[in-house]
Amino acid sequence: MEHADNIARAIEVSWLWLIPAFPLLGAALNGLFGARLQKRYGKPAVHTIAVGAMVLSCLVAEAVLWGKIFGAAPSDRFLENHLWTMWQSGALKVDLSFGIDPLGMVMTMIVTHVATLIHVYSVGYMADEPSYWRFFFWLNLFVFAMLLLVMGSNFLVMFFGWEGVGLCSWGLIAFWYTDLEKAKAGFKAFIVNRFGDFGFIIGLFILFWSLSGSWSSSGKYLPERRLSGRVLGTFAEPARLSQNGVRLGPTVEFRELRNQVVDEKSGVAERLSHMQLWGVPVLALICILFFVGAAGKSAQIPLYVWLPDAMAGPTPVSALIHAATMVTAGVYMVARLNFLFALSSAAMSVVACIGVLTALFAASIGFFQYDIKKVLAYSTVSQLGFMFIGVGVGAYWAGIFHLMTHAFFKACLFLGSGSVILACHHEQDMRKMGGLAKYTPITRWTYLIACVTIAGFPVASAFYSKDEILWKAWTAGSLAAPWLGQAIYLVGAIAALGTSYYMFRSYYMTFTGEYRGGSGHKDKERLEDPHSMAAHVHAHASALAHGEDGAQVAASTQPHQHDASHGAGPDPHHGGVPHESPKSMTYVLIALAAASILAGFIFGLPSAWTGQEPLLERFLAPSLPAAELVKFHEEPHATEFLFQLVGGVVIAGGGWLVARILYKDARSTAPARLKEMFPRVWALVYNKYYVDEIYQATVVRGALLLDRVAYWFDQNVIDSLVNFIALLGRAVAYFDKFIDEHLVDGAVNGIADLTLNGGRALRRLQTGHIQSYLYGALGGAIAFVILQYVIR
Amino acid sequence: MTSIGLPHFLIVGAALFALGMITVVTRRNAVGILMGVELILNAANVNFIAFNHYVEGPGKVTGQVFSIFVIVLAAAEAAVGLAIVLAIYQTFRTIDVQETDTLRQ
Amino acid sequence: MTFLPLIGAALILCVVGLRASGLVPKAMADQIHRVIALAASSAVLVLAFVLWRGFDPDNPGVQFVQHARWITAYNIEYFVGVDGISITLIMLTALISFIATIASMPWWPGNAHLDEHHFTQRGVAGYMAMLLILQTGMMGVFVALDMFLFYVFWEVMLLPMYFLIGIWGGSRKEYAAIKFFLYTLAGSVLMLLAIIGLYFNGPQEVVDGRLVHSFNILKMAQWGRAGGYLAAPLVLGFTFVRAAWIALFIGFAIKIPMFPFHTWLPDAHVEAPTPISVILAGILLKMGIYGILRVNFAILPQATKWAAPAMATFGAINIVYAAFVCLAQKDLKRMIAYSSVSHMGFCLLGMSAFTQQGIDGAVLNLWTHGLISPMLFLIAGVIYDRAHHRNIEGFGGLAQQVPEYAGLMGLAFFASLGLPGLCGFVSEFTVFLGSLVRWQTLTILSAVSVIVTAAYYLWAIQRMMLGKLNPQYSTLPDVNWRERLTLYPLGALIIVFGFYPQAIFTLIEGSLRNLLLPLQ
Repeated sequence: MEHADNIARAIEVSWLWLIPAFPLLGAALNGLFGARLQKRYGKPAVHTIAVGAMVLSCLVAEAVLWGKIFGAAPSDRFLENHLWTMWQSGALKVDLSFGIDPLGMVMTMIVTHVATLIHVYSVGYMADEPSYWRFFFWLNLFVFAMLLLVMGSNFLVMFFGWEGVGLCSWGLIAFWYTDLEKAKAGFKAFIVNRFGDFGFIIGLFILFWSLSGSWSSSGKYLPERRLSGRVLGTFAEPARLSQNGVRLGPTVEFRELRNQVVDEKSGVAERLSHMQLWGVPVLALICILFFVGAAGKSAQIPLYVWLPDAMAGPTPVSALIHAATMVTAGVYMVARLNFLFALSSAAMSVVACIGVLTALFAASIGFFQYDIKKVLAYSTVSQLGFMFIGVGVGAYWAGIFHLMTHAFFKACLFLGSGSVILACHHEQDMRKMGGLAKYTPITRWTYLIACVTIAGFPVASAFYSKDEILWKAWTAGSLAAPWLGQAIYLVGAIAALGTSYYMFRSYYMTFTGEYRGGSGHKDKERLEDPHSMAAHVHAHASALAHGEDGAQVAASTQPHQHDASHGAGPDPHHGGVPHESPKSMTYVLIALAAASILAGFIFGLPSAWTGQEPLLERFLAPSLPAAELVKFHEEPHATEFLFQLVGGVVIAGGGWLVARILYKDARSTAPARLKEMFPRVWALVYNKYYVDEIYQATVVRGALLLDRVAYWFDQNVIDSLVNFIALLGRAVAYFDKFIDEHLVDGAVNGIADLTLNGGRALRRLQTGHIQSYLYGALGGAIAFVILQYVIR
Repeated sequence: MTSIGLPHFLIVGAALFALGMITVVTRRNAVGILMGVELILNAANVNFIAFNHYVEGPGKVTGQVFSIFVIVLAAAEAAVGLAIVLAIYQTFRTIDVQETDTLRQ
Repeated sequence: MTFLPLIGAALILCVVGLRASGLVPKAMADQIHRVIALAASSAVLVLAFVLWRGFDPDNPGVQFVQHARWITAYNIEYFVGVDGISITLIMLTALISFIATIASMPWWPGNAHLDEHHFTQRGVAGYMAMLLILQTGMMGVFVALDMFLFYVFWEVMLLPMYFLIGIWGGSRKEYAAIKFFLYTLAGSVLMLLAIIGLYFNGPQEVVDGRLVHSFNILKMAQWGRAGGYLAAPLVLGFTFVRAAWIALFIGFAIKIPMFPFHTWLPDAHVEAPTPISVILAGILLKMGIYGILRVNFAILPQATKWAAPAMATFGAINIVYAAFVCLAQKDLKRMIAYSSVSHMGFCLLGMSAFTQQGIDGAVLNLWTHGLISPMLFLIAGVIYDRAHHRNIEGFGGLAQQVPEYAGLMGLAFFASLGLPGLCGFVSEFTVFLGSLVRWQTLTILSAVSVIVTAAYYLWAIQRMMLGKLNPQYSTLPDVNWRERLTLYPLGALIIVFGFYPQAIFTLIEGSLRNLLLPLQ
């Protein structure tokens, strides 16, 4: 291995910033002027801005790919765009800079393209939404944040995006905020993500300091004097270079960090490997803390609870944020930091184990859910688990590949479910669907293709990605224990079987058999002409009833934009029977379904078939230097074929068969009987193993108790103490006052007071009433009489 | 029962005086007070006459003369008093003695 | 040194404004008072900006020095000047005072029946005069380089604050004002004792042929750095430096306010009128940290080293404890007040680590918190002016009624909870990065507060803004122009400094580095 080649050198491309700039501009326009634009020019103005921004961003990303990446040699594929130094404090230097390397390129392409498709889809899906501009504002802002996340050339810019997507996720989950339940779902998502962010930043801090020093066994920081001069390594130092010209010292730049770790002459990798903090190898600590962050964002055990609730958001949001892009940020981060994770087998094992446990756990919950979006949500959690198996066992490219295919097929599934939900008039319960195949043929076929893909039948793309991951797990050689890889494979295979089962279950429940739902409206409305104005008004009324657009009463008075912009498509809110969605939505579905089939052929044909490494693996190689460090057992190609047969055909087909027997056309009574046979188990799984309840009882209750205790303490102890001291002061003051007034002043004032009071009392005698004087005279006379008797 | 003697006249005089005194002290009407003063003066007249008869003896007229003086005085006093009452009324628009306490100053 | 009169001019302008507002005839004078106050504070803002343009960030020492003999018997001087730490706070003071002055203008001129009982209509002359005196005091504290002068300004600023809360405040204003006043005064007494101690044990110089002590802070700092105070006699069993350090620290800690001296703050905030809350949170709290840096760190480095663990511990307690207390609050303003307590803890934690990042972050936090908390209090003021209560649970679904207000509130809340891209994050991050290297456990504990902070802010938004609209507020008006004038500049600055905090770092880094060197 030639190390000097391994060092990434950046090529400055001054227009990379345009990629995130367009969505930001779109968000700014819609955020500041969207309401006025919508009022004056109607909804097309709003979505022209939003979709236009996305298309431009896409074009720039394409230009980077074709112009700067493909033409260049692998070592020249590190593009950077330094905008300005945000802040510098001692050795910490934070630049606002973007970097695109092959990994970043893949992510950027996924994000921009899928986001563009979903923007287009939303034009149809959200057509009746009064706060149209607000939706596109958040959506564009989200894409901006997501692009910061994937294009950030350092931890800080990545973290800007990391939290930014969290913010947008909050804003979009709680989009229909008049329904407090939906607002609460957004709240939950943000808070759970904050737990992850907490891990992320602590990990970053420890990593930062580990680069310029180490810790003693008691946790005291020992700066590397050599690097830092006379003080703690906190001051800015002149750059120090290794023999290979790599800049050393603490850094938050990914590329610099990568080079330091990869460059053997720098000795950084070796130093980090031997460093300990609190008796734990520091690398494992850092990686696991980063993984906590990843688990929060990518909904892994134990932080997955927010994702199913996040389905409260509009369906395009679920597709974009909670399936295709944001939730994969954790996977991306682990892949981005592959050179760190690969150095710590403990961290790799933790990642892979959590991944496989999540995959199985979430898949099992998916078995019994009736809400179509909940099924897909748990499926997403489960698929993310698979990605973490990939990046955990060291098959980074496979993890990213699955991320890519998942972005296509899961977006397709979610958007298909959105189409179904619209078709069934905002009904999400699969028990009230059924037989939609004949009403919504395009949705049905695309959904079926995506199901085939996610189940992992050979030909479809997830076959290549998921089976590559499982195969790598079987042969993994860098985990903490030699048997761990096989164990992960077995558990993962069961999860994959489950995946196939519950996906086809959802397909059969939704599209086969007879339509079981009511119209979703009151039946008398069905008789009316679906294009009458009454139906328009009614559509809004029903949307209101569903809590979709809350108190926006103005909705019914606004011009109905839907027919204007999509005259060809039937209105999704009309009529009683299910109906196919408008073209802007079905075209997107078709595009995504095609991508989920084709992506496998283009990017990921396994080396066992073609004799050379898959295209994506070769493309990503410069970004994943650790892939060479991770060991895998050599197995003959025959074994691999066998595994693929088992993986592709037995697992996918098994799940499909069971689902078909139980749920096709809703004929079988087996599901109901099974439910009665094992009511406890069913209830346990249906209620998601009561994890939410456990969190509620422990974490939430604990925090609420703590805050009350703290406030009580504040009010009753500290403040009382303050008030008590004040009281003490006042008591002393009163005492002093008493002495002063009554003893000292008393003597002086007494005399004066006596005169004064005497005069005042005597004055009262002179009333001016003759009769009182007479009384006096009479009294005096009587007194004299009595006196005379007494004296005598 | 013996014949009517000095004590009986004195008792009547004392009773008259007491009534007059009460009238003067309790009445708020200035005219009422004047009437009370008349009663007191007449109580004195009764005493003068009685003492003249029983102590001075018959044929003496000292007591009667005093009584005549007192009656004349009472007439003058009533005239002056009523004039004052009128003046008070014109000043204060009332003859309630409780209201007219400017004597205090 | 052509900029010599600058600071003086800033101060004099305040005084002129104040005098004029006292002298004009009473009839029709309210408007004149307001205009004068506005003119004075905007002039100060302009001058502060000129000062900043003229400031040389590469020079870590004091600049724009102004010297004058004052009380020769004790060698007390009028000695002012600015360095990197004070220039940021002077900018902040000028800006926040200006915004507070705008916020003191009549609330809703076109809407007389809403307006007439507003605090802005009562005793305008007195109010504006107090506001300007307060501004003078605050400016003075930040420029004073003579210990005695520093103390005088410190007290000057106290009195107008007392009256502003006590006269123009809410229902329990007397209690809050007296609590604030006595509390701070108690701290001042300790401070005064320590200052006198420092004076008599400090460096001597020959003035007019006499050997006298000096109140000059720079000379004291030189003397202290050289270990001059170590020889001083014991005080109550402590060495002099430690005793003086503790006395000074308590004096400043009350102002920060540091646990357990913080309970005056929620009361004062809740009762104070909005602009006064803005100044209180935006500037007054910063004086505690400024004092610790200027006096404790600079003059008593040995004792500072000794006390670092205590400072860090109290900082961490401040952060976590106050964050939990926030979660329990029902009163919006009280919640924001406690969040200030929590955020000022970052400063203590960062300073005590003696790393460049920690102390940079701490001073930046003065600036960022100085932008965010005024905005928060203005936000609370907006809703209080309209609804006449601040009970978080008494609202609901306001976002659809007052969308602009909801957006601004979201901006302020997210800035305060440390969302990257807004300036609160930068200081929080830098402080934690700097302090982790020395106080791992305390830092990790404190970092838990990022979760709790997010929880209480989002919960407040959820209870006030989201859900079904409370029909009681179906006619609530959105923010008006006066409020926009105060909120939008702050919001814009919050975003600007979220992406370019280097503007502040450039100013402070040199001075703080000098401060740190003897502490390493």
